[in-house]
Amino acid sequence: MIEVESITFAYPSGKPIFLDFSWQVARGEIWAVLGPSGCGKSTLLYLLAGLQFPQKGQVRIDGKPLTRPRPQTGLILQDYGLLPWATVRQNAELGLKIRGFYGPDGKHAPTQMDWDHNVIPWLERLGIAAVADRYPSQISGGQRQRTAIARTLVLHPDLLLMDEPFSSLDAPTREDLQTLILQLQLENRLTLVIVTHSIEEAALMGRKILLLSQPPIHQAMIFENPGAGLEPYRKSEAYLALCERLRSQLDRA
Amino acid sequence: MKRRLDLLITLFILLLLWQLAAWWVNRPILPEPRTVFLAFLRETRDDLPFHFAASLWRVLASTALAIATAAPAGLLLGQSQRLNRLFSPLIYLLYPIPKVVFVPLVLLFLGLGDAPKILIIYLILFFQVLVLVRDQAAALRPELLLSVRSLGAGRRALFRFVYLPASLPAILTALRQSVGTAVAVLYVAELYATQRGLGYYIYINGSTFFDYPAMYVGILAMGLLGVGLYTGVDYLEKRLCPWK
Repeated sequence: MIEVESITFAYPSGKPIFLDFSWQVARGEIWAVLGPSGCGKSTLLYLLAGLQFPQKGQVRIDGKPLTRPRPQTGLILQDYGLLPWATVRQNAELGLKIRGFYGPDGKHAPTQMDWDHNVIPWLERLGIAAVADRYPSQISGGQRQRTAIARTLVLHPDLLLMDEPFSSLDAPTREDLQTLILQLQLENRLTLVIVTHSIEEAALMGRKILLLSQPPIHQAMIFENPGAGLEPYRKSEAYLALCERLRSQLDRA
Repeated sequence: MKRRLDLLITLFILLLLWQLAAWWVNRPILPEPRTVFLAFLRETRDDLPFHFAASLWRVLASTALAIATAAPAGLLLGQSQRLNRLFSPLIYLLYPIPKVVFVPLVLLFLGLGDAPKILIIYLILFFQVLVLVRDQAAALRPELLLSVRSLGAGRRALFRFVYLPASLPAILTALRQSVGTAVAVLYVAELYATQRGLGYYIYINGSTFFDYPAMYVGILAMGLLGVGLYTGVDYLEKRLCPWK
């Protein structure tokens, strides 16, 4: 589904972050992208989201080169990105309003305008229907992230990109949301790429793990982790062993 | 409710102090509150409403003009680093100049009538709104813009769904901060080349007619104008920005 083909990318003021880097993601896979801070994890996600573009090489999704954010890609960020002046419900409706604003032009919105306009079922599914009329400043961090997730899922994405989505949440909230995301991935047949600096999160959620070291990144290590995602996995030998391996690799990087 | 009670108590104390001061000074230049209040009632049937309306019109017209021009300009500068770099030295130099010093100049150029008064208040409000809206638009977190862009928003939708609503509280804050200055400068501007407005009314009653109670009525009306505008902005903020 995603083909990153020998991309080179540098910010205007710096050394290259990716140098002739390639990577593939198949439909329905769950990837965790792990690495130390400043290694280019978030940059990779922005490249996949069509918010940054490589100087060389190409990012293709479903065979089409990315030239702008793709309507079927959802992006969830650590700080939620909610409009402070809009209620939970209005925030969840934002993507729909933007699509209505442009109409089905195939650029900003898909040409098929057959999505549902009712966000309430999504707010219910994410457990935030009770706070639908509150403002972001009046709800908890977990509820804010649930709002951001609802806003994205309302648009029926097939690819969900997440940048440190749970790192500013407390542990119980984080575990709830990790489980919820895995359930939603299954229900909606999503392809999931989740960027994290947490070894535990990568090992728990990523069926495949891409480990980035210090830039410039040319090649990256890939770890297979087929058991990921199930609640008992958190206590299994395989999980603990993988965490250990990831940790020693990260220390080396 | 608590706040309203506090305001009433404060008002009562102020009136009491005024009364005590009037007794103590015991001269026509400081009449008692009761005298001024009666004069106020008398003057509201005379030409006070006419002067009040003239002043109110000048403030409202310049406010509307300032919002209509400064808010779009501020949004533009806040969105574009290049434009902002181009104009920020100019704004940096002009913003701190107390606009009241332009009063004689503007009067020389624009002469009689409402235009010079409106222009001078407009200048004060323009810079305040411009700077606050610009800073508000520039301070929008990149994460917010990125995530809204990822929902499909291009430049136009970002403007409509992010920049425009974000500028509203900045406009209201600018008005709240500058409405007092605006009324003060209005007074100065109305001292010259006009026979309408509260500034003229205060001046003419105080220095030509020696009708001190009427002069105080003018001061009171000017105060009411300021307080009225301030509470108006407060009300709008509560209505339009309920998330704050």
